[in-house]
Amino acid sequence: MKLTGAQIVIETLIEQGVTDVFGYPGGQVLNIYDAIYDAKGRINHILTAHEQGASHAADGYSRATGKVGVVIATSGPGATNLVTGIATAMLDSVPMVAITGNVPQNLIGRDSFQEIDITGITLPITKHNFFVHNVNQLADQIRLAFKIAKSGRPGPVLIDIPKDIQTAVAEYEPQPVVEKFPNPLPPEEDIEAAIKLLNTKSRPYIHIGGGVIGSKTYDLVRELAEKIDAVIGCSLMGLAAIPTDYERFLGMQGMHGHYASSVASNDADVIIAIGTRFSDRATGDKSRFAKGASIIHIDLDFAEINKNIPANVGVCGDISVSLRKIIDGVEPRRNPDWMAHIRELKRLEKSYMPEDKGLTPHVVMETINDIKDADTIIATDVGQHQMWACQYINFQKPRKIVSSGGLGTMGFGMGAAIGACVGTGNKTVLITGDGSFGMNLNELCTAVNTHVPLTIVLMNNGTLGMVRQWQTLFYNHHYSNTTLDRKTDFVKLAEAFGAKGVMCDTPEKFRREFQKAYDSDCVTLIDCRIDMDEFVLPMLPPGGAIEDIIVEAKAKGE
Amino acid sequence: MADNSRFVIAVYVENKFGVLSRVTSMFTRRGFNIDSLTVGVTESPEYSRITITMSGDGYARDQMINQLRKLFNVKKVEYIEDSKALQRELMLVKVRNDPENHQRLLSALDIFKAKIVDYSVNTLSIEVTGTTDKLDAFIEMVRELGIVELCRTGVVALQKGSSNMLEGLNPEEFN
Repeated sequence: MKLTGAQIVIETLIEQGVTDVFGYPGGQVLNIYDAIYDAKGRINHILTAHEQGASHAADGYSRATGKVGVVIATSGPGATNLVTGIATAMLDSVPMVAITGNVPQNLIGRDSFQEIDITGITLPITKHNFFVHNVNQLADQIRLAFKIAKSGRPGPVLIDIPKDIQTAVAEYEPQPVVEKFPNPLPPEEDIEAAIKLLNTKSRPYIHIGGGVIGSKTYDLVRELAEKIDAVIGCSLMGLAAIPTDYERFLGMQGMHGHYASSVASNDADVIIAIGTRFSDRATGDKSRFAKGASIIHIDLDFAEINKNIPANVGVCGDISVSLRKIIDGVEPRRNPDWMAHIRELKRLEKSYMPEDKGLTPHVVMETINDIKDADTIIATDVGQHQMWACQYINFQKPRKIVSSGGLGTMGFGMGAAIGACVGTGNKTVLITGDGSFGMNLNELCTAVNTHVPLTIVLMNNGTLGMVRQWQTLFYNHHYSNTTLDRKTDFVKLAEAFGAKGVMCDTPEKFRREFQKAYDSDCVTLIDCRIDMDEFVLPMLPPGGAIEDIIVEAKAKGE
Repeated sequence: MADNSRFVIAVYVENKFGVLSRVTSMFTRRGFNIDSLTVGVTESPEYSRITITMSGDGYARDQMINQLRKLFNVKKVEYIEDSKALQRELMLVKVRNDPENHQRLLSALDIFKAKIVDYSVNTLSIEVTGTTDKLDAFIEMVRELGIVELCRTGVVALQKGSSNMLEGLNPEEFN
């Protein structure tokens, strides 16, 4: 059938299984929005307050569901407002398709109104991007965008569609949902080398990242851990792949990781890294990271092997196949000394936990743990509250944490939480800070209008807490531009947006109010008053190694 | 591989709009420093061939190859060891036309198999072809005669022997 380019865009999205898109209309996407108008009931469009919020929403949607998130924005500022969201998705390997309009091709290159070279701008932050020159290729390019976004190591893809392509007419025939490019298979000799190495080691530590969630290999990871008597730690992106209460799981490792996890990774004689890039946040000083350990690096992305930490054995290819073969080939073993050491580390970790006095971050997180169910999604922004959530929140199922790991995007949380809610329909708790929340709080209106079951736990300490912590520890208490001292009344703010708001300053009140908010179906903001000198501990100082770990620290004057 | 040796990387890319900027944008993002880059059409009209020469250690080389392979429009990447590469560069150099130096210039032209391609009262334009080292040596030779302007193409390279890089290429494949 003959359709306009704009209609082809929407039909191709529907054909590819897209049910929800996030976006914001504007001059050069008017035709696409007209096609959305006509497709009412077949595709759900969520209007955000800002294109950045829409991009984070598409990202959060994808993280929570595993589907490709879709965002639409107009040319010029609409497109540039997507940049932070696209970069966030890129650094965390989130599959996303961003569609932007552009000025008609006869106006390209003339600095026309709202003209910007968005494919040029997003070259280094997309897995691939397209500028559509020919309406006859439009549908296939959108299909290819989906294929690239979800194949191999996923990532964001942008399609820039000039307005004349949206109005031009072409033949369109629906096609099935695109298949992924097949994953390469791991070479047998690398599998054998990994097995041979593992058979000689008695202190195995498995370090997992987001690749384990993408490849759905959480059960295989546990099977391997059982067979070789290993413990498991993770990067931020690997959180929730393994249930928090699984006895072999030590939690997140690294700069603000669990004590037991960080120390065990350093004491291991072999680290099996799966679907992770050995980020500096997970390793600390690379030259001093796990010096006594051999490294087996299993990843789908060949470029990760030897990029950050040199591997003794690199196993590159489909993670599921690699793990299955290694598990089948490796000798079962027991490592009683290693397990005794782990028990001692866990005991030490407990002893470092400070006592809770009043409404501490730990109390807030534990209260959330007590009340939330296993399907609840925890979204975060970036900073101290994020690290507290990563350290203390219990997860039972994968894809229940939505957090910006690689890029560390403050302002990510509001949009991402809305996207996760829209994608799953599950109750969602956004844990945020007054700094991060201030960046994109305009999306409160989106949350209210989309009727998402969202509870916002605002860790309000009147400061940019993570930066303040660094200033305390490494910058001589020079609190340069981190004390906010704003006069914002968050309760009134929430009410002004049509949400509910409540202030809490005691553990009892927080428990009561959180329960109420969690049980209700409307958006509630809980303004939790936290001491500004709470630290995230333990901490590996920047560029430090395990022997530099800080387990106790005091703020000024104590 | 010795530290900071020079090597050649040959890349087949789809002959499409904007592909070169994808490649160079990746260099900037990953902090690669290259010595020369050339690009041109190949025996198959759907592909262009990019030849990159750079200096670096084994780590830099592997990173360069891996990151190139990750680009969607890049179809084949091959590392060619310096000793196994057939390398050529072309240079045009304009030198002062000073009758006193004619004899020295002519012997330089003879040794380097270079030729005069333009002649004016004040300057002579010379074309030289060869390896990078040969061109460097020629520049040294004529420097004191007075170089007015010079321009080099950068290296093009083929692997010695009968191999063809596109053999076994599956254009549908992508990782």
